[in-house]
Amino acid sequence: MLASQLGYYSLILGLIFSFILIFFATKELTSPSKRVDQNIIILSFLQLFFVVVSFLCLIFSFVNSDFSNETVFNNSHTAKPLFYKISGTWGNHEGSLLLWLLVLTLFIFLFIIKSNNQPKKYRILTLLFQQIIIVGFFLFLLVTSNPFNYLFPVPNEGLGLNPILQDPALAIHPPILYLGYVGSSIIFSASLAAVIQNYINSEWAKHIKKWVLISWIFLSIGIMLGSIWAYYELGWGGFWFWDPVENVSLMPWLTLTALLHCILVLERRLLLMSWVVILSIASFTLSMCGTFLVRSGILNSVHTFANDPARGIFILIFLFILIFLSLGIFFVFHNEKNKDSKNFFWLSKETTILLNNWFMMYFLSVVLIGTLYPIFLDVISSDKISVGPPFYHKLIVPFLAPFLIFMVFGSKLKWIKSEISNKNLLIIFFTISIIISFLVTKNFQVDLFLYTILIGTSLFLFFTTTVEFFNKKKILSQTVAHFGFSLFVLSILLNNITSSEVTTNMKVGERYKYDEGVIFFQKIEEKKESNFNSIVGHFKITNNRGDIFSLKPELRIYNQPIIVTSEADIKTTLLKDNFLVMNTVKGNEYFNIRYQVKPFMLWIWISVLLISFGGMISFLRVKNEK
Amino acid sequence: MKNKIYLSAIVIFLIFCFVIFYNGLNRSNVYTPKINQKQNLPKFEAKDFYSDKNITSEELFKEDIFYVVNIWASWCVPCRKEHKFLMELSKNENIKIIGLNYKDNLNNAKNFINELGNPYSKNLTDKNGLLSIEFGAYGVPETFIINKRKIIVNKFIGPINKKTLNQIRKIIK
Repeated sequence: MLASQLGYYSLILGLIFSFILIFFATKELTSPSKRVDQNIIILSFLQLFFVVVSFLCLIFSFVNSDFSNETVFNNSHTAKPLFYKISGTWGNHEGSLLLWLLVLTLFIFLFIIKSNNQPKKYRILTLLFQQIIIVGFFLFLLVTSNPFNYLFPVPNEGLGLNPILQDPALAIHPPILYLGYVGSSIIFSASLAAVIQNYINSEWAKHIKKWVLISWIFLSIGIMLGSIWAYYELGWGGFWFWDPVENVSLMPWLTLTALLHCILVLERRLLLMSWVVILSIASFTLSMCGTFLVRSGILNSVHTFANDPARGIFILIFLFILIFLSLGIFFVFHNEKNKDSKNFFWLSKETTILLNNWFMMYFLSVVLIGTLYPIFLDVISSDKISVGPPFYHKLIVPFLAPFLIFMVFGSKLKWIKSEISNKNLLIIFFTISIIISFLVTKNFQVDLFLYTILIGTSLFLFFTTTVEFFNKKKILSQTVAHFGFSLFVLSILLNNITSSEVTTNMKVGERYKYDEGVIFFQKIEEKKESNFNSIVGHFKITNNRGDIFSLKPELRIYNQPIIVTSEADIKTTLLKDNFLVMNTVKGNEYFNIRYQVKPFMLWIWISVLLISFGGMISFLRVKNEK
Repeated sequence: MKNKIYLSAIVIFLIFCFVIFYNGLNRSNVYTPKINQKQNLPKFEAKDFYSDKNITSEELFKEDIFYVVNIWASWCVPCRKEHKFLMELSKNENIKIIGLNYKDNLNNAKNFINELGNPYSKNLTDKNGLLSIEFGAYGVPETFIINKRKIIVNKFIGPINKKTLNQIRKIIK
C-alpha cells in the first residue's frame, strides 16, 4: 500500500527530472564552458535514483504479496516461492516496462560519467536524445500501464504467475535481454548526436565500441537463456522455433553484429560511415519494434502480456516518431565529406566486412519478412497464415556455406590491401574438411550434397580458427568468437542429422523395445511443493551399447492458476542429451512418452557462450587501452 | 536530388507500415479454436448457493431451453466488468443463466450479487473448483452455452463484452 504510493510518486518525480534535465541540457548547449555542468550529472543520478526506488517498491509489493496492487494481484500468489515472487516483478507487462526504464536511466547515467574525454556538445546531445526516449517510456508507463494501480476491495489472494514462467532461466532472461535491447538506445542516441556534430570518425568509433559490445554480449546471452528455457520447458525438444518473438530478438542481434564489424573498420579508416549510422538507428528501432510487436498483442505468443490496443497505439506512435526523427536527422546532417578518398581494394578486410554486412542484411530481411508478412497479409486480405521453420531454413541455410567461407578469408586478410598467405594450407584444409564431411554425411539419410557442403564449410572454419589460436599475431577476441561460431553451426548441423526420437504410450511396469534399446517404466511417485503437486515418473533406459540410466520426467499441477505443465528430464553429457518427457493420456492409466537422443546439444550453448566470450575479451581490451 | 527521392520513398513506405500496424492493432487476434466435437454436458451434483441443498445436473437443466453457465467469483476483477452484460442477457426470457461461484467466500459473493444484481436463475457453489474443471474451464470468468439437446455448443474464455454478448444472442436465437 505505502510502497505502491511511494513507487508511483517516485515515477512522477523521475519524469519531472526528465523535463528539468532537458531544460538544463538545452541551456548547456549554448553555454561557452568546456565542461559539462555538474548539475546535469547530479540530476541524472537523481532520476536514476527515483526509478530505482520505484522499482524496489514494486519488488517489495511482490515480496509482501500486497494484493491491493493490481499488478501484484494479477501476477503473484502467496504460495509462490520467494525467488519467483521477485522474478514475477518483471514477468508481466507493467513490471517489465519499469525494468526497461530502469535500464534506460542507468545507461544514460553511466554514459554521462564515463564519457569525460568526449566533446561536450556531443555528450549533451546524446543525453537529450536519450531523455526523449526516457520521457516516452515514462508517459507510456504512467498513462497506459501503471504498475501501481490500486485495487479496492483488497483481494485475499492473487491470480498467480503463469507456471511456465516459474523457472530459473526465465527469471533472469528478461533482465539480461533488456540490457541488450536498451543498451542499443545509447548507441542510437549517441549516433544521432554524432551525426549532428559531424563526429562520425575513428575517435567516436573507439568510444562507442564498448557500448556496442555491451549490448551485443547481453543480447547474445539473453537470447541463449530464452532458448535454453524453450528447450527444456516447452518440451518440444527443439531450441529455436522461429516464433515471432524469438525473431524479434534476433533482428537487433543481426544489426548489432553487422554494426560491431563496421565499427572495426571505422576505427581505422573513414569508411562505411552511413552504414554505421543506419545500423545504429536500426538496432534500436528494431528493439522498439520488437517491444511493439510483443506488447501490443498484435502477435500471439507466450510473451504477449497485454492485449490492450491503447498500449499498442502508444508504442506504435512513439516508435514512428523516433524513426522519423532519426531519419530527418540523418538526411539533414549526415555528409560523408571527410570520407577516406582511397576506395576499397577488393582483397582487404574492409571488403569482407562489407560482404558480412550484406549477408547480415539478407538474413535480417528474411527474418523481418517472415515475421511481418503474416500481419500485413492479415490486414490487407484477412488471410491468416503462419510462416514456419521451413521458410527460414530454405532461405537461410544455403547462404551459410558462402558466409562461412568468407569468414575464413575475412579474418585472414589485412586492412587496406592484402593478399592471401598460406594458400596451399587453406586448400589442404578445405579438401580435408569436405572429405571428412562427406564421410560423415553419407551414413545418414539426408540431402548428401547440401549437408556435405554445409558441414564441410563449417569444419573448414573450425580448423582454420583452431590453427589461428597458435598464431602469435592473432586477435584473440575475433578468433574466439569465430571459433565459437563455427562450433555453433557445426553442432546444430550434427544435432540435426543425428537426433532420434521414440514416441509411445506406456503404463507403469511396462517395457518398450525400440531400435536402439529398451525403455522401462518403473513407477510413479507423487510429491507436494508449496505451489504445485507433481507426479514423477521413474524410467530406466538400457541402450544397445549397454548403458543404463534412469530419467525422471515430471508432471506438475500448479495450484495458482491451475495449469498442468510437463517438465522434461534431461541427462546432459558432453556428447549428447537424453531427453524424456511424459504427458497424461486423458481418462487412461497410460502416459504418453517421448524419448529423444539429441547429440551435441551442450555444444550449442557452449558455442554461444564462446561467441559472447569473444565479445567480452574485446570489451576488456577496449577498457585497458584507455 | 537523389537523396530526396530516397527520403520520400522511405517516408511513404514507413507511412504504409504505420497504417498496416495501426489497422492490425484493432483486429482481434484471439483465435478461439473451433470446437469440432461438441461436448456433452457433464453429469454432476452440486450445492446450491443459497439453500446449500444438493442439486443434480438433470434437475438443473431439465427445461427445453438454452442455458448459459457462467463461472464467476467476487474476487475476480474482470467478473465485475462483465456483470452488467450478464444482467442484460438475463432479460432474455428464452434462456436461463446458471452461475458457478468459483472458490469464493460466501459472504463476499452474496455482497457482490446484492451490489450488482442477480442475473442467475440458479447459483451453485464450487468451493474447491472441481466442478469448473469438469466443465473444462481455464479460469474465471468463463461462459458456456448449452443447447436444447444438452450439449455445450460454445464457450467464451474471459469476460463477456458487447461483442460476445451479440454472439451469444445469435447462438440462442
